[in-house]
Amino acid sequence: MHELSLAAGILQIVEQAAARENFRRVSLLHLEAGALAGVEPQALRFALSALAPGTCLEGAEIAIAEPCGTAWCGRCAADVAISSRAEPCPRCGGNRLRTTGGTELRVLDLVVFDD
Amino acid sequence: MCVVCGCSTTSVANGAARSEDPGGVLHYGTGLARMSVPGITPTRAVQIEADILGENNRLARRNRAHFVAHGVTAFNLMSSPGSGKTTLLCASIEALRVRRPGLPLAVIEGDQQTSVDAQRIRAAGADAIQVNTGRGCHLDAQMVADAFARLDLHATAHQGASADALLFIENVGNLVCPAMWDLGEAAKVVVLSVTEGDDKPLKYPDMFAAAALMVINKVDLLPHVSFDVARCVAHARRVNPEIDVLLVSATRGDGMAGWLDWLVPGPAVSGGARL
Repeated sequence: MHELSLAAGILQIVEQAAARENFRRVSLLHLEAGALAGVEPQALRFALSALAPGTCLEGAEIAIAEPCGTAWCGRCAADVAISSRAEPCPRCGGNRLRTTGGTELRVLDLVVFDD
Repeated sequence: MCVVCGCSTTSVANGAARSEDPGGVLHYGTGLARMSVPGITPTRAVQIEADILGENNRLARRNRAHFVAHGVTAFNLMSSPGSGKTTLLCASIEALRVRRPGLPLAVIEGDQQTSVDAQRIRAAGADAIQVNTGRGCHLDAQMVADAFARLDLHATAHQGASADALLFIENVGNLVCPAMWDLGEAAKVVVLSVTEGDDKPLKYPDMFAAAALMVINKVDLLPHVSFDVARCVAHARRVNPEIDVLLVSATRGDGMAGWLDWLVPGPAVSGGARL
C-alpha cells in the first residue's frame, strides 16, 4: 500500500503550495498517474481521503489523469501503446521494448478557494 | 468591525473574486470564472507540476553522492518475504570475510517489525542497523540516510581508514512498493526463490524492470519443485531485456562465487553459474 506514502508526499506538496500561494482550502486536486507508474488510482484516492480530514485537502475533489503507457519498439521503429511492462509489442510481438511514456507521477495543478 | 453594517475595515466584499492592484483599482474578473457572483466563494488555479516522488529522489541523489564520496557501493536487495535475502546476505558476509578480508561491510535491514534480521547479520560478522517501517511497506531515501549516518561504516570512512566498502540494503519483503523508491543505491537486486512461481516477473513487472540483477535462490530445491528456470529467465528478460541473472543456493553454496564476483568485481573465481 505505497499509495499512502505517495498521498503523504502529495499533501506535503500541496501544503508547501498553500504557504507559498496563500490559500487554506483546495477545491480540486489534479494529479497525473501514468499506466506504468506503479500506482493504483483507486488506492491513491482512498489514501488521500484518509489523510485529508483536518488538512487543506479536506473536501477537495480529486481528478487523476491516467496517460497510457508507451514504448519504443526497435524492430518496428515506432512508439507503441502498452498497458504493462510485461506486454510484448502489439505490432510485432517482440519483447525489445524501451518504455517512453506512462511513468508520470505528478501533482499537475490545483483549484483553490480564495477565502 | 462596524456595528451597523457588519463591515470590517479590511474586507467589505468578503470572499468575492476580487484583487486590488497597486493603483487601488479593484478587479472582479481574476478568478477561474472570470466574473464574481455574490455568495459563491471564488476560486483560482495554482500551477504545481511537481513530481510526487521528487523529495525522495532528491534525498536519494544526496545518498548516492554521499556513498560515492565515502567509497561505498550500495546494493538494494528486494524480494517477496521468505525468498532468502537474509540467508543470502549472511552467507555473503561469511564468504567475503575469507575472500576479501578487510573489506568493510554493513547492512541496513528493513522490516515492518522486529530486529531479528539485524541480529542474524551481526552474528554473521557485519555491522547492521535495523529500520522498522511500522506500517510502511518499503524503505525510503530518508530512512537510508538516517541509518547510514549511524553505521560504523560511515564513521570509518570519515577516519579515512578505507577506500572501498560494501553496503547492503535489505528492503522490506514486498515485490511491489520498494521498486518505486530510489534509495541512492548503485544497483537494485531482486531475489526470487524457486519455491515461488516462475511467472513472478510477469506478475510484478515493475520490480523486475527496476532491477539490474535477478538472483534465483534456493536452486538446491529445484529437483523438488516445478520451477522452470529457463521460463523464469525468459519472463524476466521480457520485462527487462538487460537484466543479469545468477543461480544461487545460499544454504548449499551453489553460485556463490559468481554472486560475489558480481558484487565485488575482481580476479575470476570459478563456480559461478551466470546465464
